[in-house]
Amino acid sequence: MSRPNALWAVPGALFFGFFAIIPLLGVVYLSLTEWKGIATPTFIGFDNWVSLVHDPLLGQSATVTAILLVGSILVQAPISLLLGVWAAGPQRNRAVLSSIFFIPLLLSSAATSIMWRQLLDPNFGIPAQFSALFGGSGNFLGTRWGAITSIILVSSWQFIPFHTLIYQGAARSISETLYQAAAIDGAGRVRAFFAITLPQLRNAMITSTVLMVIGGLTAFDIVLILTKGGPGTDTAILPYLMYSDAFKSYNMGYGSAIAVILVILATAISILMVKLSGYGEMTSTQEGL
Amino acid sequence: MKTRPNYGAGFAAVIWFAIVALPIYVLVSASVRGREGYLNKGPLSLISSPTLSNFSRVLTSGFLQFIGNTVVITFAVVGIVLVLALPVAYAVVRGTGWLNRGAFRLFLLGLAIPSQAVIIPVFLIINRMGLYDTLWAVILPTAAFALPISVLILTGSMRDISVELYEAMAIDGARSIRVFFRLVLPLTQSGISTIAVFTALQAWNGFLFPLILTQSDSTKVVTLGLFTFVNQYGADIPALLAGVLLSAVPILVVYLFARRALISGLMGVGGK
Repeated sequence: MSRPNALWAVPGALFFGFFAIIPLLGVVYLSLTEWKGIATPTFIGFDNWVSLVHDPLLGQSATVTAILLVGSILVQAPISLLLGVWAAGPQRNRAVLSSIFFIPLLLSSAATSIMWRQLLDPNFGIPAQFSALFGGSGNFLGTRWGAITSIILVSSWQFIPFHTLIYQGAARSISETLYQAAAIDGAGRVRAFFAITLPQLRNAMITSTVLMVIGGLTAFDIVLILTKGGPGTDTAILPYLMYSDAFKSYNMGYGSAIAVILVILATAISILMVKLSGYGEMTSTQEGL
Repeated sequence: MKTRPNYGAGFAAVIWFAIVALPIYVLVSASVRGREGYLNKGPLSLISSPTLSNFSRVLTSGFLQFIGNTVVITFAVVGIVLVLALPVAYAVVRGTGWLNRGAFRLFLLGLAIPSQAVIIPVFLIINRMGLYDTLWAVILPTAAFALPISVLILTGSMRDISVELYEAMAIDGARSIRVFFRLVLPLTQSGISTIAVFTALQAWNGFLFPLILTQSDSTKVVTLGLFTFVNQYGADIPALLAGVLLSAVPILVVYLFARRALISGLMGVGGK
């Protein structure tokens, strides 16, 4: 009996099941109940779902979630890819600079958002110092598009280093002989980038983009600290809407219904990820490294 | 191969460097400046008459307690994750049968479960267990949600162990528990340090579980402490930013000493 039996996996699987899988089923049940956070949830059928479908905030929230998602990907993906390929180079100065580039991913979202909120403060932040440049009040967080832009800016600042790492790792594993062959054929740097680097980074692009989508779907702390969903409810993304319904108004059942929508979105995307990148095939030794 | 210098890329990298470094400069410089200097001259002005009073204001308002709580939570989470994830990864890589494949799929699925989506049932469970507003309320779910990625990284590094080594031990008649301690653990050290550092980072920076599952000052963690400071300090921005800097100091120290483990870990997260 030198091979482990299934008992080895039991404690970890049970622990994870208890705090993640059971809640996943639980949230579906809770979306069919009325519960104020104390006492016992009462079963009320589809009432929460009916009022959710008729809630104008849901459409607005889904729209702003999608805008933030697309905006974040458009900003983060190209910058991360270029920085990652750059950082993968063997030069010493690149290694030194990269170690500084990665500092933002060490900070918590809370710390990052608090820092940026002070930087963007219309009275005491950078806009105030350059008020002539910006004109007007410089109150970015006070307007809808200003707030959306600020959230994209802050999440890009925090998460680009992480995606850069993904691309850096992938770019390092591209075989040097491909580039040597291209050089012999007389291909320049730009040509080599489009003909070799980009196609070889396909898997990294899939992984990174999917992680951006899931990250964007759930960028809750940044919104809570930076804009509190405001101005008004202009930046109340789905997780924020869930949080304020469940833990501010104590409509736990209603919040659960929003959470179910989040689960469906995230699961659909991750199944797509498994299909596209072939994670599911990684079961035998030495494969999928 | 000799590489020609790439001026375009270098220029872009310098711009990105400024984007990263500028806010960090403001963070550090504001922390050591007096309140009036910051408010009157603005965040980008040069440091004059540096002071440490901001740090002492933050530290005397309960921040030490928050750091203590966060340290306890971080160590507990890393401990639980190591004890649970290592056997799972071993069973997934070396075990046979549908149960082990099922366990692997369970954790793959788990990667995609956002903690926000299950926070309401977790709140209910923690309440029913009588753990609300204790450090355990943060430790248990944080550890659970760190398991999928840890299992994934560990299975990757256990797959690197050559099959011949396993077979040699099997011929010697070693049982699975002996293989685990004598072969798997020693050869998985880099994977272990990777997930330890990565999990510690998650636990240290965690925000949602503390926000929902604790409420008193005695159980407050650093991130949540900063969040309450925002309202408490109002216009005392230097003190607030000093708190932000203090919250990151332990992580920055770890980064200095364990940069390789952390970076390879994060790279592994994306690459696997």
